[in-house]
Amino acid sequence: MELFGTVIIGIGTLFLFIGNLGVLRLPDVYNRIQAGTKCTTLGAFFIIIGVGIIQPTWFWKVLLIALFVLVTNPISSHAIARASRKSGVSLCDRSVVDKTEDFEEFKERS
Amino acid sequence: MAETAYKATHRVRNFFYLFFILLIIWLALTSNFHWQELSVGVLVSLVISLILNKNYLGLGFPPFSIKRIAFFIIYIVVLFKEIIKANFDVAYRVIHPKMPIKPGIVVIKTTLKQDIAKLILANSITLTPGTFTLDILGDTLLIHWINVKSENVDEATKIIGEKFEKYLRVIFA
Repeated sequence: MELFGTVIIGIGTLFLFIGNLGVLRLPDVYNRIQAGTKCTTLGAFFIIIGVGIIQPTWFWKVLLIALFVLVTNPISSHAIARASRKSGVSLCDRSVVDKTEDFEEFKERS
Repeated sequence: MAETAYKATHRVRNFFYLFFILLIIWLALTSNFHWQELSVGVLVSLVISLILNKNYLGLGFPPFSIKRIAFFIIYIVVLFKEIIKANFDVAYRVIHPKMPIKPGIVVIKTTLKQDIAKLILANSITLTPGTFTLDILGDTLLIHWINVKSENVDEATKIIGEKFEKYLRVIFA
């Protein structure tokens, strides 16, 4: 059981590593948020579940923590992206389309 | 008169939802079924849900039914499949030496009405391959897409939103 849990934690660490690599490599804020949301969600999920498997008496508490991570992670990424778009952070050169120009809410930026 | 009756049924419904959610969280935290633990949990959830049920009127929870629970379970399975696919997709784009990205911000439409339904849809879109929600304005969702396949509103809606919306439409009908 302990071996299985350790393997699960290892997979989680791998996903977190890829997420960090993405934050370093990708060109602008929005693409970095993509890497920062997806890889950290599954990475944190696997690590938390792995802890629960190694220590079975904690399993339900740990599942609750994983659920909260899963629910709150998208909201925080959405808040960061919306704030940076509203304060006028532009997209990278490789971007093909930006429809935010059509909306009044995003007009007031420098 | 009809307005107040409508509000009253909503408050009763919210009370039951809140009570069961709090009780499940309590059971997960204590993780035992001793009668003393259980009775304290029931008491605390009862008091909290009696006081706070009116705060959740704006969310618009749907009525309870077996069909909704079944679709919700299917929805969670679909969501997990998409999360794992999303991770491999982003990992591939990050590790690839040339980084095959084609980012952009597109617009999609939703037919969902309740705030809670839109919240679940936006969060699901954030967790699926290559997309995340920038903002919700009425029935319009602004989506950042790491690999833009279509700039057209209808086509983008079909590709990004449809796989979740068909379940959510049943759950929140």
